Amino acid sequence: MWARAVWLAFRAPAGGRRGLTAKAGPQGSVRITAEMIEHLERLALVDFGSQEAVARLEKAIAFADRLRAVDTDGVEPMESVLEDRCLYLRSDNVIEGNCAEEVLQNSHRVVEEYFVAPPGNISLPKLDEQERFSHS
Amino acid sequence: MAAPMLRWCCPVRRWALACIDGGSRYGRGAATGCTSSGKRGQSSVAQQPRITAQKPRKGEHEWAAVVGLEIHAQISSNSKLFSGSQVHFTAPPNSLVSFFDASLPGTLPVLNRRCVEAAVMTGLALNCRINKKSLFDRKHYFYADLPAGYQITQQRLPIAVNGSMVYGVCVGKKRSQVINKTVRVKQIQLEQDSGKSLHDDLRSQTLIDLNRAGVGLLEVVLEPDMSCGEEAATAVRELQLILQALGTSQANMAEGQLRVDANISVHHPGEPLGIRTEVKNLNSARFLAKAIDYEIQRQINELENGGEILNETRSFDYKLGCTVPMRDKEGKQDYRFMPEPNLPPLLLYDAESLPTAADLQQVINIDQIREQLPELPSVTREKLVQRYGMLPEHSFALLNEVGLLEFFQNVIKETRAEPKKVTSWVLNTFLGFLKQQNLAVSESPVTPSALAELLNLLDRKAISSSAAKQVFEELWRSKGKTPAQIVSEKKLELMQDQEALEQLCHAVMEGHPQVVTDVKKGNPRAINKLIGLVRKATLSRADPTVIKEILEKKLSSGDVSGPSARGRTVQP
Repeated sequence: MWARAVWLAFRAPAGGRRGLTAKAGPQGSVRITAEMIEHLERLALVDFGSQEAVARLEKAIAFADRLRAVDTDGVEPMESVLEDRCLYLRSDNVIEGNCAEEVLQNSHRVVEEYFVAPPGNISLPKLDEQERFSHS
Repeated sequence: MAAPMLRWCCPVRRWALACIDGGSRYGRGAATGCTSSGKRGQSSVAQQPRITAQKPRKGEHEWAAVVGLEIHAQISSNSKLFSGSQVHFTAPPNSLVSFFDASLPGTLPVLNRRCVEAAVMTGLALNCRINKKSLFDRKHYFYADLPAGYQITQQRLPIAVNGSMVYGVCVGKKRSQVINKTVRVKQIQLEQDSGKSLHDDLRSQTLIDLNRAGVGLLEVVLEPDMSCGEEAATAVRELQLILQALGTSQANMAEGQLRVDANISVHHPGEPLGIRTEVKNLNSARFLAKAIDYEIQRQINELENGGEILNETRSFDYKLGCTVPMRDKEGKQDYRFMPEPNLPPLLLYDAESLPTAADLQQVINIDQIREQLPELPSVTREKLVQRYGMLPEHSFALLNEVGLLEFFQNVIKETRAEPKKVTSWVLNTFLGFLKQQNLAVSESPVTPSALAELLNLLDRKAISSSAAKQVFEELWRSKGKTPAQIVSEKKLELMQDQEALEQLCHAVMEGHPQVVTDVKKGNPRAINKLIGLVRKATLSRADPTVIKEILEKKLSSGDVSGPSARGRTVQP
């Protein structure tokens, strides 16, 4: 993982636990800490495979930040683009199911019509335990 | 590790430290109140509470415990919350799973109207404010039984908020008094259930069945207004009864339709609240109070020993009788709540705001639901007390056992006996027999008609009350016989022949002159002895009150010479 490379690049201060907030960079752009990357990787199971990915994330955040320029005083926040649609209510009838074979087709392993999963969540290796990358 | 002995005083919401083995610095805490050692049947057992209040010894601290509950009730509906697959307890694995439930790409949630109605009904029954607009959110976490990687719930704006529920705690010497307590309902929200995991430790794998994934749940959050395991268990029981009366959930804990998580903390009265732990996996009515009380005592012990309480999630181990930290829960979870983008806000209406020319199928009217609410348990109990003159605790007992109320009402319908007599027989004799043999009302060998007939015989004074008990026993043992049959078989009819009875009394009096003298001397117990002798002579077929009358009449009239002998012998 490139998280370690990020760590080396940003050199998180020794002995201090950083909060998980983005720091403002020199040009007002956002800097992501290594801890945040690690946190995001665990939460969303995405792999920030390279320095470029992290940079892309920063650009995306900066892009979204431009929303702050809009004056939203007294304006109700929008919940979703569907918020003025009607929520359709379905009658309580059984119309689906009974397709165990089809549903199980996608599973890597099946035992007697059960999906097979590992015994628990597999923890991601911690930051310190990762391979050391040599960085240029 | 055995569960420690627990003693405190619940109603006063104070925990005087218990007399724990080996703990010499712990004083003997005492006050009136409840003790808990697990649950019997539906309500927890209280041992004999100490009646005399003693002052805690110097150096003792009092502890107060605070218990909040998150209760998940499976909604009783044909299909799931967001899909049309069936809701059923037992079915072949993964046979009740639609493509949406399996979280296959391209599927969308479609809200089930029945689940919304169930939520509104429950909210109204719990005195909540129904939010006319409520929102759905995604709660993200990874687990194999959650195929989508998120659960659709209502975090920002749930469907009902700010309610309350009254429940009755049994106190007093014989737990015969009922005290009403109130717990605030923080909110009720609609959410999806997850699938089921079967852990196969042998092969180091987990088997996943998604039949339950997507079933509609009502999460009822109760504020931390409860102070011990018994209060929590009683509140849960009351909620169960309410849900069952409404028909919104069968709320059967054994079948997993009702699950409880408890948030528990302790503190010294007057000081701020302590760190709370969450205890999950409280899925048995029997162990609910026990688990909560264990955790309270564990926290007290920990703090007393200078330790600290971690804000962690624990699980109750039924075999060991203690709470243990749950694995897989490292640190605080970040659920990354976000609005569910596929569902617009849920809008509800009332009579005023109902849109005209609306498709009724698409519109939910809160007022209409309120009008159609079934009778709640508290109202049923009140009616029983008013109509039949029974004590409140009797009404609680009648509603607490499945099928008992119906049984009682059927007996009342068919008997001329006084309601108080019926109440007493149903709650003491009938229920006693059931409990002894661990039977449900539905498994009772005695039918309401049989008991009604028996009570009629008793009411007519055709049999004595002790004979009635014998008949009941026989009814229980041998199916198919009617009370009348048993009475004649065992010759239990009360002697109706007054004269014969008088002769018998006379004979007894003649045969025991010493006792007669004692009675005349004014010894109050002697008359009972005489009555007993006559009863024996009649083979218990005479009414003791009638015997007493006859004896007293004879004694006062000084008539010790019996009726002129006519060569008649008394036929027993």
